[in-house]
Amino acid sequence: MFHFHAQNLFQLEEEEEEEEEDKFDIFVSVKDPEKIGETTLPMFRNKTFTVRRRFSDFLGLYEKLSEKHGPNGFIVPPPPEKSLLGMTKVKVGKEDSSSTDFVERRRGALERYLQRVVNHPSLLQDPDVREFLEREELPRAVSTQALSGAGFLKMINKATDAVSKMTIKMNESDVWFEEKLQEVESADQQFRKLHALVESLVVHRKELSLNTASFAKSAAMLGSAEDNTALSRALSQLAEVEDKMEQLHQEQAANDTFTFAEMIADYIRLLGAVRGSFDHRMKAWQRWQDAQSMLQKKRETEAKLLWANKPDKLQLAKEEIAEWEAKVTQYERDFERVSATVRKEVIRFEREKTKNCKRQIIKYLECLLQSQQQLIKYWEAFLPEAKAIA
Amino acid sequence: MMAFSSLRSVSVDLNHDASLLIDIPDALCERDKVKFTVHTKTTLSSFQKPDFSVPRQHEDFIWLHDTLVETEDYAGLIIPPAPPKPDFDSPREKMHKLGEGEATMTKEEYTKMKQELEAEYLAVFKKTVQVHEIFLQRLSSHPVLSKDRNFQIFLEYDQDLSVRRKNAKEMFGGFFKNMVKSADEVLISGVKEVDDFFEQEKTFLLDYYSKIKDSTAKAEKMTRAHKNIADDYIHISATLNSLAADDMTANKNLNIILSLQKVEGRVASDQDLKLTELLRYYMRDIQAAKDLLYRRARALADYENSNKALDKARLKSKDIPQAEEHQRQCLQKFDKLSESGKKELTSFKGRRVVAFRKNFIEMAELEIKHAKNSVTLLQGCIELLKSN
Repeated sequence: MFHFHAQNLFQLEEEEEEEEEDKFDIFVSVKDPEKIGETTLPMFRNKTFTVRRRFSDFLGLYEKLSEKHGPNGFIVPPPPEKSLLGMTKVKVGKEDSSSTDFVERRRGALERYLQRVVNHPSLLQDPDVREFLEREELPRAVSTQALSGAGFLKMINKATDAVSKMTIKMNESDVWFEEKLQEVESADQQFRKLHALVESLVVHRKELSLNTASFAKSAAMLGSAEDNTALSRALSQLAEVEDKMEQLHQEQAANDTFTFAEMIADYIRLLGAVRGSFDHRMKAWQRWQDAQSMLQKKRETEAKLLWANKPDKLQLAKEEIAEWEAKVTQYERDFERVSATVRKEVIRFEREKTKNCKRQIIKYLECLLQSQQQLIKYWEAFLPEAKAIA
Repeated sequence: MMAFSSLRSVSVDLNHDASLLIDIPDALCERDKVKFTVHTKTTLSSFQKPDFSVPRQHEDFIWLHDTLVETEDYAGLIIPPAPPKPDFDSPREKMHKLGEGEATMTKEEYTKMKQELEAEYLAVFKKTVQVHEIFLQRLSSHPVLSKDRNFQIFLEYDQDLSVRRKNAKEMFGGFFKNMVKSADEVLISGVKEVDDFFEQEKTFLLDYYSKIKDSTAKAEKMTRAHKNIADDYIHISATLNSLAADDMTANKNLNIILSLQKVEGRVASDQDLKLTELLRYYMRDIQAAKDLLYRRARALADYENSNKALDKARLKSKDIPQAEEHQRQCLQKFDKLSESGKKELTSFKGRRVVAFRKNFIEMAELEIKHAKNSVTLLQGCIELLKSN
């Protein structure tokens, strides 16, 4: 039972946030994770459990995780957007088929989102994650407005602006990061293009499905008008085959959507998160640089004071220098730690991506294969009917 | 400029009378004009040579068709439908769009799209050659029409026909054709039928025509959707190619998407030829049969009018012999039309059934062949991906 206002949400947001939030009756079952390394993860109370969560709960979880772990350079998996930003609306066909699609897409995206979170060894340790998975009732997440599609995009854009401004200033030891960022940016471009193309494929396949159904009806009519008995039969058999073909095309469109298009949409979001981690690294670097310039200023002040012979102020200056020296050391260490994390995370991301992509593509091709095998059966059944025409 | 050779006619079983064999072995496409090479092999003494070829344009075929339609003696025959004008609009428009979008595509994508368009161009070309060839073969296999003088001129005259065509146009003025178009439905349904056979035929043909017209349109839409999918695959594989630089799996997938695209493209064009073209051809043929019914209905109307005129003449006791002669002629014409029309419509049925059978069998066999091809491709690719 879905209580759902997808597109209306935007208007409702402002005035009715408290009341009309969409409520998902999604049952996410998570089994007790396998032993990772040596830890047995006794932190989960039961082996299998189900909870009910609202869409805003997912967004709330993401916000918490990204606040806590993002600055450390972790790639925090993002959930699907609040609105359909970035996804072309497929309005071919009846109204309900388009919204059923949307609901299924969202459900799948949320499931994969959670799966990625629990697959991440560090994130799994986070108590907020455990709470999300286990606790009966979650308090309503406030201020998830930042994660509406537009807000999300704004965040990413700000990050990329910052990155592009700073890239020039970084030194050569960061060549790996520079190259990686470029790769990520070009991949993002290609994925967006690919997504649009696959959505176009879906539209055309749905069109084909409609046109096939329409032709099937027409062929049946023609068959009933035909006065040669055998030909009349063959025509109505042809109509039946085309009806079956329509079904195949529908299934194929679903395959295109859920196995192919959605996978690409996932990666577009993830690439955004990757760029976010680069941004956090930049911020850490900037903080270190700022501390260094501040230290420099303090030293200059001290030098001036030495000349002016003001012992109290001099003492203060010396204290400040010590303070900033400590900060510089700290921030440098932070930066190195964050860089190391980002590096590890990116490598992990790429490995996971390859694995997932391969799995999805096999799934997609297997569905195509099944479809073609069915097709052969249908036409082989029709052939004797055609030969029987006399 | 595109040259093309060797094509077997698909729609109907023709050309088995060895005394007059016609084919279009090749054609040239120059900008907008298609030049067909009409090749004749004959044992008939009425022709000057036993084996010869002439170049002909689409307009020459139309001229021939129109002169046949406008010949009184053939009023009782189903005149084979005129071949439609070669229509390269669709591929030409796409080629234009492709040129405009060239900057946004990779070189491979552009090349692939261009290849696809050239294949589409070639498919349109094949279709138009086929349909012009069938027109001539229908004539050559008809006992009466094959002897037509203009037909012989069309086949043999080794100068440019366009001069002769212009003169003919002046003679007939194309008036008859316009009349047929507007009046036939009303007249056919309005006339009181005396003959059961024709009554049934009339009902059948009118109904069948509207249904086959609908089926043709729907089949066309199906084919177009298939082509769109094939085109999408091209763009998708090109984009995967760009991603493939950093991803080994994508590289392998690229090939399969390209192959699937080719198959999808073949499915589309075969469906077009076997199904859509078949329906389209018989839609036009049924129109030709309806034209026959129209002419007969007109002859019946003329006869009825001549009866009325005779009655009037008898009343007035004036010009009776002329009226009687006119009535006799009308009756004779009507009877001749009915007799010949019956024969024509009966053989038309047989022809239609044979053609549908042939094309349905071929269509099913091609669908199976393409699907088996896809299955092999997919199985191979899945194997490869799983083994890595």
